[in-house]
Amino acid sequence: MTPRLTFDSVTGVRGGRTLFEGVSFDLAPGDALHVSGANGAGKSSLLRIAAGLLKPKAGAVTAQGQVALADERIALDLELPLGKALGYWASIDAGELSFALAGTGLTELAQVPVRMLSTGQRKRAALARMKASHGHIWLLDEPANGLDADGVTMLEGVIARQRARGGIVVVATHQPLDMPEAQRLAL
Amino acid sequence: MSTFVAILTRDLRFNAARMALPVAFFLLVATLYPFAVGPDAALLGRTGAGIAWVAALLAALLPVERLIAPDAAAGMLDQYAVRGISEELAAAAKLLAHWLAFAPALMLACVPAAALLALDGRALLQLELGLLLGTPGLAALGLMTAALTASERGGAALTGLVMLPLAVPLLIFGAGGGLKLLAATSLLLVAIAPFAAGAAIRAARS
Repeated sequence: MTPRLTFDSVTGVRGGRTLFEGVSFDLAPGDALHVSGANGAGKSSLLRIAAGLLKPKAGAVTAQGQVALADERIALDLELPLGKALGYWASIDAGELSFALAGTGLTELAQVPVRMLSTGQRKRAALARMKASHGHIWLLDEPANGLDADGVTMLEGVIARQRARGGIVVVATHQPLDMPEAQRLAL
Repeated sequence: MSTFVAILTRDLRFNAARMALPVAFFLLVATLYPFAVGPDAALLGRTGAGIAWVAALLAALLPVERLIAPDAAAGMLDQYAVRGISEELAAAAKLLAHWLAFAPALMLACVPAAALLALDGRALLQLELGLLLGTPGLAALGLMTAALTASERGGAALTGLVMLPLAVPLLIFGAGGGLKLLAATSLLLVAIAPFAAGAAIRAARS
């Protein structure tokens, strides 16, 4: 299946307040979208609508292919060692744990409980979960938060590889991120 | 199916680790009751099974708060959803994991509790049979309540207020010895629980 993510004049509403109206874009394999906007502009809501977790107030959303989401919540068991916590999702997604950890700088931390990880390490762990998921459409919410310079470079590399593999990446962030030829959307 | 087993295994491990407290609570009530009403074996034997049921009901309440809310807050449930795993499937796995962690431990604890409450062998057998049939219904009620109150602040207090009145039929049929009606009630609750809990999880997203 060819992954594709299309928004057709989508209106997003949160708690009765209209966040954005008439948002349209069309992402084909290899495409990326950089969603920017002030705090509370609706970046996270846009990702949740793309993930199918939130219904758009108006407009149509079409997502072809397996979606993978990394939002502000880590979705890993805090008490478990990182390797086991990631292994849970790898087992559900039939993914490879070693592949997920490779290149994220986490290989030595596999035995460390998730609750002991720093903010940046948790962001890396969420990225490892995305890598293991075999998702075609990646939805990343502030993936660079708490990452050091090396981490941001690593993130840009992982995003580039996902695009090169024919995946789609949507990044919602207020930070600059090097994504060549990415479409831009300002909310 | 493998997804169901994966969720079941994870939840069972977490639930089992937290089971000591409700069981200790159940045994504590069984210990306190003879102190309160006196050591009259005839009185204890007549009322003991009823007290065991009330204690079981209250003990069943303790793990409810941790069934859904932590997974909802940690984003686990959303992660299931984006993978196309239905809320109903996750809820069914959670129901089975909750029952497996809770019911056998409680039924085992009934043996020392029966001694404390001066229940004879026949009464103990009746109690165990009742709990075997009734605990699936209790677990189902617990799961539905957990899903309904997961996004509410003060969920703990609300949990009891929502769940205990709904457990009245189970209590009446269980303590009263109406085993067929108890089984029917339990079956009904188990049948609707994954759907009700699934709908509640979805509704909490918007």
